[in-house]
Amino acid sequence: MTRRRVEPLVWLMFSAGGVLAAVFLPILVFLFGLAFPLGWLDPPDYQHLRTVVGHPVTLVVLLGLFVLMLVHSAHRFRYTLYDGLQIKKKRTVAVLCYGTAIVGSTVTLVVLLAAA
Amino acid sequence: MTPSGGTPTDLRLYRPRISTWWWTRKRSYFVFVMRELSSIFVAWFVAYLVLFLYAVGQDAAAYRRFLDWASSPWVTALNVVGLAFVLLHTVTWFNLTPQAMAVRVMGQKVPAFHIVAGQYTGLVVVSAFVFWLVTR
Repeated sequence: MTRRRVEPLVWLMFSAGGVLAAVFLPILVFLFGLAFPLGWLDPPDYQHLRTVVGHPVTLVVLLGLFVLMLVHSAHRFRYTLYDGLQIKKKRTVAVLCYGTAIVGSTVTLVVLLAAA
Repeated sequence: MTPSGGTPTDLRLYRPRISTWWWTRKRSYFVFVMRELSSIFVAWFVAYLVLFLYAVGQDAAAYRRFLDWASSPWVTALNVVGLAFVLLHTVTWFNLTPQAMAVRVMGQKVPAFHIVAGQYTGLVVVSAFVFWLVTR
């Protein structure tokens, strides 16, 4: 069955995304979500950001980071709905969760390529 | 399963209905569900950072507009709550790692404390690097 072969891969991506979210998100959220918009720290110069974001290494790192975090989030939320909130429509939940992650990954790729 | 060859007895399993709010009754259950709900905020921050990258990909004015939008009260509130959930994810994830994987060095099991401490070191190194990269 296909399901059986896909399952371990999804768990692997879940773990990888979990580690990356745990290590990268606190600083990214603190800087870009609070410190820069609220003026606690001077927001970085536009040209500097453009240079960093336009670098091929940044593109690869951010793409990997975002895709894995999206899969992590989708996989965990799937089980939150299933076990936590007792929503037993297994197939619908899985399709919605992973579908959102796939759409999100595609959008991420398009935006990163446009910014590069 | 029917030795006589007749029609099998209608099997009715006992399945008690579990309440949607089962996790509100005990603190540890509550923390578990909060930890799982951190996934919503992980997705939110990916979306948020993609919006940021989109603005950077446009021009300086779009970047300025993004920062204005991001400083509005509701986005700030969402980011503050989200950061709390992200930190809950970080702490619980680090604590669970030694239970999820047994690391062995030279045949000796590495103590849980070392694995957790190693991850916090990783967190500090990555945070310092990201900070240096964006603010230099």
